[in-house]
Amino acid sequence: MKDALGSVQSVLVLGGGSDIAQATLRELVKRRTRTIVLAARDPEALAPAAEELRAAGATTVESLAFDARDTAAHESFVNDVFARFGDIDVVLLAFGVLGDQEEAELDGRAAVDIAEVNYVGSVSVAVPVAQRMREQGHGTIVALSSVAGERARRSNFVYGSSKAGMDAFFQGLGDSLVGSGVRVMVVRPGFVHTKMTDGMDAAPLSTTPEAVADAIVQGLARGRETVWVPSTLRYVMSVLRHVPRPVFRKLPI
Amino acid sequence: MADPTPERTELLTGWSRTAPTAATIVDVHDAADIDIGLAGAGRRGLIARGLGRSYGDAAQNAGGTVLDTVTLAGFHEIDLERGVVRVDGGVSLEAIMRTMVPLGWFVHVTPGTRMVTVGGAIAADVHGKSHHADGSFANHVESFTLHTPKGTSTVAPDSDPDLFWGSAGALGLTGVIGEATIRLLPVQTSMIRAENIRCPDLDTVMAAMIDGDDQFRFSAAWIDCLATGASLGRSVLSRGDHATIDDLPKKLRRDPLRFAPRALVPAPPWAPNGLLNRVSVAAFNEFWYRVTPALHGRVESISSFFHPLDGVRGWNRLYGSCGFLQYQYVVPDAAHDAVRTSIEMLSEARAASFLAVLKRFGPGNPGPLSFPTPGWTLALDIPATVPGLAELLDQLDELVAEAGGRIYLAKDSRLRPELLPVMYPELDRFAELRARVDPAGVLQSDLQRRLGLP
Repeated sequence: MKDALGSVQSVLVLGGGSDIAQATLRELVKRRTRTIVLAARDPEALAPAAEELRAAGATTVESLAFDARDTAAHESFVNDVFARFGDIDVVLLAFGVLGDQEEAELDGRAAVDIAEVNYVGSVSVAVPVAQRMREQGHGTIVALSSVAGERARRSNFVYGSSKAGMDAFFQGLGDSLVGSGVRVMVVRPGFVHTKMTDGMDAAPLSTTPEAVADAIVQGLARGRETVWVPSTLRYVMSVLRHVPRPVFRKLPI
Repeated sequence: MADPTPERTELLTGWSRTAPTAATIVDVHDAADIDIGLAGAGRRGLIARGLGRSYGDAAQNAGGTVLDTVTLAGFHEIDLERGVVRVDGGVSLEAIMRTMVPLGWFVHVTPGTRMVTVGGAIAADVHGKSHHADGSFANHVESFTLHTPKGTSTVAPDSDPDLFWGSAGALGLTGVIGEATIRLLPVQTSMIRAENIRCPDLDTVMAAMIDGDDQFRFSAAWIDCLATGASLGRSVLSRGDHATIDDLPKKLRRDPLRFAPRALVPAPPWAPNGLLNRVSVAAFNEFWYRVTPALHGRVESISSFFHPLDGVRGWNRLYGSCGFLQYQYVVPDAAHDAVRTSIEMLSEARAASFLAVLKRFGPGNPGPLSFPTPGWTLALDIPATVPGLAELLDQLDELVAEAGGRIYLAKDSRLRPELLPVMYPELDRFAELRARVDPAGVLQSDLQRRLGLP
């Protein structure tokens, strides 16, 4: 159960290998989190992270195989987790691919793959998660979106459009869950220095997995619906959203 | 025909308005409804709820059933010879007082609000300013009918001590109270002969309580947790007894048992987070310390002496949408230093706390989950938005556990579950009792899940 100060006891992470997810779990274990289910395509690769979380105080850390593309398996996967581990206080959707924009512009299959993982995969797994949480009468779904979804940019619009779709889905899901005890928190980080962005030029207002983790933990405590990291991005994006198209597409972002 | 027990889904919180969860609410109009509720509870079980004054999540049951018992509110028997009433579990202490005070009878134990049900008072085994003299609420209960998944029985301390005392403080996890028979205290008047004295520091107030509590039925001190240095723990010690007719001024003697409290002002429906902050609370505390002893006369009404906050309807809303936390511990008499350390920690953290109340408990009762044990108890209200609050309260828990103390589960909303067996060492006895009356685990609550209560 979540406590009065927003500390949670059990977490399911979809995309358990993500740097942001790992940083978030480290923060949560410092508080009350004792049960952690890590789900990723290659659960074996999560062994060191699982070991670290156990050493930090988590009593149950389990790594399971989960593939965002295998949507047919999502419902039974979710049902199995909720049946085996009892109440899940937080489900963190941290999987996603950046893809290769140039390739995606030339090869429809590459573009579809980005959309399938980031959008279709999120939608597919979130529906049964929301159902199980409705039944337990409480819980928070944390969806890692991106500022890239706020307005599609020339330089990464395939990724951006997939995040725009998932962002909109989770906002609507959150509204549909009002009164059910279940909340949805959409997290919109800017450029984060992670494995996924390794080797890329950092955008202005870039941030770290640790800062995103902090914002997530604070957001959980305050019951927020939307979290920007860094928080100033909210205002930056609010301006950028209204920049005329001819100007916007020429901006070096 | 309309469904006799219409169901609805509602978001519930405790009085602190933190951590809402959704449950199916079932109204209870008679004892049979309780059994129907128990029989119909699903996988996520059932818990009874009264007037919702538990601060934390004791009367919430996410995804399960919550029995709303306030509609189970009949008086069955009033025995003016013995001073005993038999009432439904959903009857409030306010209703008992309105009925019985004019007849010359008062409850032995009243908490800081009279807006609690009898069932809730037993389930939390509530205490009040009279604990050192009278013990807690269950000490004055002759018997109650308890509806459990294994059947209903009338439980008294002689007939089934395990179940009687095991239900005191068990927060509804041994069953639902249908009726209870309560012993009352004869009083000549509805007034309290009170004295309020200022104590400039912690040692003074603790010494005054050790020396003088036995001369009063009621005693509690209000502590300014924002005072520092030489003033650390400065307090107003408030003590009293039921006034006799002779104690009353002439004007009041004509109707000495008059009891007609009114809710004076409603709190606004909305208040910003942070309205109650370090500055506003410090100003209030200063005012209280300077002015209270002079403002209050020598004779006070029951509501002014015991239930000042009942005069502000919905005062919990003043803490804003993020709510607040109530925290209460007890440490043994010998752990004098732990009290000082805890007040130093609160003062250093500058955590604005209204109405920190210090009291010395008398002997406890045999209930494995009943909170009061002999020693010092401190209760605090803190806005949930205070930075670093989670860490501060975790440190206080450690201090309390190390001193051999415990925290009050009826108020808890954030204890680290690992500390529960340290604070309540008789948890095994409670687990045996649960296995006896509820082997299938029908009785469940958010608090029970959060703390991993057996």
